[in-house]
Amino acid sequence: MQFWATVGAMLRKDLLMEWRQRYAISGIMLYLLCIVFILFMTFGQDVQGPVWVVLYWIIMLFTAVNAVAKSFLQEGQGRMLYYYTLASPQAIILAKMFYNMGMMVLMAILAAILHGITSGYPIVNTPSFLLAMLLGGIAFAASFSMISAIASKASNSGTLMAILSFPMLIPILIILIRISLNAIQSDDLRVNLQDLVYLTALDVMIVGLALVLFPYLWRD
Amino acid sequence: MLKHLYSNWWKGLAVIFLLYTFSFGLLNKVPNVVILHETIRNLYYHVPCWFAMLFLMLVSLVYSIKYLRSGRLMYDIVAVALLRVALVFGVLGYLTGMLWGNYIWGDLISWILGDTKTLGTAIGLLMYFAYFILRGSIDDEEKRARVAAVYSIFAFTLLNVSINVVPRLKSSLHPGSGGNATFTVYDLDSGLRMVFYPAVIGYILLGLWISSVLIRMQILHYKKNNITV
Repeated sequence: MQFWATVGAMLRKDLLMEWRQRYAISGIMLYLLCIVFILFMTFGQDVQGPVWVVLYWIIMLFTAVNAVAKSFLQEGQGRMLYYYTLASPQAIILAKMFYNMGMMVLMAILAAILHGITSGYPIVNTPSFLLAMLLGGIAFAASFSMISAIASKASNSGTLMAILSFPMLIPILIILIRISLNAIQSDDLRVNLQDLVYLTALDVMIVGLALVLFPYLWRD
Repeated sequence: MLKHLYSNWWKGLAVIFLLYTFSFGLLNKVPNVVILHETIRNLYYHVPCWFAMLFLMLVSLVYSIKYLRSGRLMYDIVAVALLRVALVFGVLGYLTGMLWGNYIWGDLISWILGDTKTLGTAIGLLMYFAYFILRGSIDDEEKRARVAAVYSIFAFTLLNVSINVVPRLKSSLHPGSGGNATFTVYDLDSGLRMVFYPAVIGYILLGLWISSVLIRMQILHYKKNNITV
C-alpha cells in the first residue's frame, strides 16, 4: 500500500510540474502540428492507406523521442538524488512510466485526429487501431523511459538516446504497422488478435524488465 | 567456465573440429536440391556463424547478470570480450550470407531489408554496436560496467523479439521459413548433419578462444595499473 502511495505521489508531482510549466506539453503539441503540416504540404490530401499508416507511426516515433526523452535527461542530478532518498527505485520508474504512458496515449490520439483531418482517415477497423495506439503508446513509453534512464548516465546523452532506442523500437514498429495495415483492410478484430496478444506480452515484458533493472541503474 | 581460461585442451578440440569442417565440408556428398545445388554447403560455413554469435551473446548475457549481482569487474571484462567476438561472427554471417545470396537471390545486398530474418539480425547488430558507443561515452569503469550490463540485458530481450517473434509474423524467402525447407526435410541419410553439428561446435569454440585472448589481454592491462579484477 505504501508503495502505491509513493507511486501516486510521484505521478502527481510530475503532472503538477507539467501543469505549472506547460511548456513541455505545448512544445510537443506544436512539434506534432508542424510534422503533420509538413506532411500535408508534401503529400496533399489523397494519401493511400498504407502510406497513411506508415506516416502515422513515423510521426509517433519522433514525437515519442521528443516527449519521453526528457523524462530523465531533464531532471538534474541533485534532484534525482533527493527523490531517491524519498522513494524506492521501482516506485520512481513506475511513476515515470505511467506518466509517459498517459502522455503517449494522449499524443497518439491527437496525432490520429490531426493526421486524420489533413490527410483523411483510411482505417475501417477503429477498435483494433485504438488498441494498437494504446498498446504501442505503452510500449514506446516504457522502453523510452528505460533508455532515457540509461542514456542519462552517459555524456552526450542526446545522440545516445536516438542510437540506443531506434533499433529497439523497430520490432515494436513492425508489429504496430502490421496491425494498422490489417485495420485498413478488414473490420474484423479477430484478424489482429494474435498480434495484439504479442504486443501485450511485449508491454508486460518491457515493464517487468525495467522494474528489475532500474534499481541497478540509479545508484551513482 | 572461467577456470578453463588458461587450459589448452578445448582449443585443440576447436582446431580438430574446424579442420574437419573445412575439409569434409567440401568433400562429402550433399543432397542434390533444385536451385540450391552445391551452394547448400554454405550451411556449414554460414549458419554456424549465427549459432556462434547467439551462443556468445547468451554467455555474455549470463556474465552481465553475474556482474550486476556481484559487482566483480572480471565478469564485465568477460561480457564485453564475448560481445566483441559475437559481433565479428555476426558480420561474418552477413558476408557468407551475401556470397550465397549473390547466387541464389541474384543480388549481394538488396535482400537485407526485404527479408525479415536478415532485417531482424541487422537490428540486433545495430543494438550491439550502440552498446559499444554507450560504453565509450562513460568514463568511470564501475559505472560503465553497470550501465552497459543493464543495457545489454535489455537489448538481448528485444533482440529475441526481433529474431524470434517478428519473423514468425511475416513470410520470408529465407531457407527454414515460408515453405523453403532447411536440411531436416532433404536430408534423410543425415549427411549434412555429420558436418553441420561439428561445424557449430568448432565455430563456438573458436569464438570462445578469441574472446579468451581478449579477456587475458584486458586482465594484463588491469594488472599493469594495479587494479584487482
